[in-house]
Amino acid sequence: MTRTVSRPAGAHQVPLPLDVEAIRADFPILSRTVRDGKRLVYLDSGATSQKPTSVLDAERWFYENVNAAPHRGAHQLAEEATAAYEAARTTIGAFIGAPENEVVFTRNSTEAINLVAYALSNAVTAKEPEFRRYAVGQGDEIVVTEMEHHANLLPWQQLCERTGATLRWLGLTDDGRLDLSDLATVVNERTKLVAVTQQSNILGTINPLGGIIARAREVGALVLVDGAQSVPHQPVDVTELGADFLVFSGHKMLGPTGVGVLWGRYDVLDALPPFLTGGSMIEVVRMERSTFMPPPQRFEAGVPMTAQVIGLAAAVEYLQRLGMENVLAHEEALTEYALAQLQAIPGVTVIGPPDTVARGGAISFTVEGIHPHDVGQVLDDLGIAVRVGHHCAWPVVRRYGVPATTRATFYVHTGYDDVDALVEGVREAQRFFGVAPSDDEGATT
Amino acid sequence: MQLQSMYQDIILDHYRNPHGRGLRDPFQAEVHHVNPTCGDEVTLRVNLDGETIADVSYEGMGCSISQASVSAMYDLVIGKSVTEAMHTGEQFMTLMQSKGNATVAEELEDDLEDAVAFAGVSKYPARVKCALMSWMALKDASARALSSPTGGADA
Repeated sequence: MTRTVSRPAGAHQVPLPLDVEAIRADFPILSRTVRDGKRLVYLDSGATSQKPTSVLDAERWFYENVNAAPHRGAHQLAEEATAAYEAARTTIGAFIGAPENEVVFTRNSTEAINLVAYALSNAVTAKEPEFRRYAVGQGDEIVVTEMEHHANLLPWQQLCERTGATLRWLGLTDDGRLDLSDLATVVNERTKLVAVTQQSNILGTINPLGGIIARAREVGALVLVDGAQSVPHQPVDVTELGADFLVFSGHKMLGPTGVGVLWGRYDVLDALPPFLTGGSMIEVVRMERSTFMPPPQRFEAGVPMTAQVIGLAAAVEYLQRLGMENVLAHEEALTEYALAQLQAIPGVTVIGPPDTVARGGAISFTVEGIHPHDVGQVLDDLGIAVRVGHHCAWPVVRRYGVPATTRATFYVHTGYDDVDALVEGVREAQRFFGVAPSDDEGATT
Repeated sequence: MQLQSMYQDIILDHYRNPHGRGLRDPFQAEVHHVNPTCGDEVTLRVNLDGETIADVSYEGMGCSISQASVSAMYDLVIGKSVTEAMHTGEQFMTLMQSKGNATVAEELEDDLEDAVAFAGVSKYPARVKCALMSWMALKDASARALSSPTGGADA
């Protein structure tokens, strides 16, 4: 691969839509130092985001004032806990344009996807005829893409193993986008479900879901959208999206760990058998046989992660105050700047779309002559937290012929100073490992 | 900068000019180990002459720590008995668990030779696995070689 490196057009700092200094003051962890007193430059929000005080306060408020198991008990605390839990469901649903009865709380995106995958195989043996509508079996096909996070790949591989269905996938182009040239054959009348990410966690690509969903509709397939990297970073409305399922994780969007969301169209959810069973999700229980609640309760067995749900609602409110359009524009400005700066360094190759067209703020790159672990170690020594490795998307790094990448991801508290620190850190890594190309070198191979 | 304590010159020398690299015949056992958190891999062969490690050959890809570690290990174990090599492996494990304790490193210096340079890695828990991968592969391959029909026979 040969790439001409010239002074980048985007290497200037347009005013950022968000007030980075004010936002940083909301995040207590950003005031700590790392590695002998260095400012923490946190560029790993794609793995997990940091939490503003309002989220921490909301969880603390719940435990200090209303802690009780929701949907059980008739005492005042139980009533208030139930009200708080359900109010949070309304808030979180409204954030994606969904009514509350279509919002199912799970542990995270991974569990939400597994919930759907297991429901589709549980449907095969369901005693209730109404739960067999989406049963998957031999001759059926499940479609994913080569850029999926392992969380949106392995549950489908496993579903196919359990049911005898066939897994098919859409490939990738050299510039980090979905290859849709064979969409019409890969998604066909045998397809039962298409699972696709809205924003790649490793490449940053924002996928054109409209065409994929339209094709799925033509053949009567369900569509599950992995929103783990999109819902935190761009406005997402399930009505506009037109899919059947959307999953996302609270901890990647300023919320607590241990809470995620499965949104599903009500009529689809209502036709699915449960995944986990136990308390809370039942209608009538007898020793021989039991019946289940309608959605969303059917899919929420056991005492839920109430405090985390309330924390996630606080995170949603925080994001709403900033405005998701502003969050998107903020990250676009940073991404344009970072892509220009990084690609101006001889030896640096961005794995993924090289420009900001249909692209989010996850930037994966390699540095010629230095393994990503070693790049990450030098950055860490400078106080810069990035992710290194295959980013739970091993087929992607294999597709692009690299063992791993270094990945920087941005969020609401990220500023140009963070990007500058990253760029200087990469140059420092090149100096440290003695691979810094001379300044007059015009191209890398 | 603390980096120097991890990336000793000895480590960088092994990384840039690895000793014993390449897969060679004959061998009694070949293993493939990966570090699933990062995708680092090593393919390693052991050739025994009786109880003695006559050759260790390998191919791999990974970070400087993992690649330098297998090179330093090669220097340490060739000509040793499997029992001695495993003892050295345990000493290296002790070093990796020392969390940067200089006394531990000093005590092991004579036995571990170049490999004592990895003492700085022990301060970084995320990188310890990188340094240990090749030793785990050697342990695995040696056990298989000893139990293989031709293991320990004339190679």
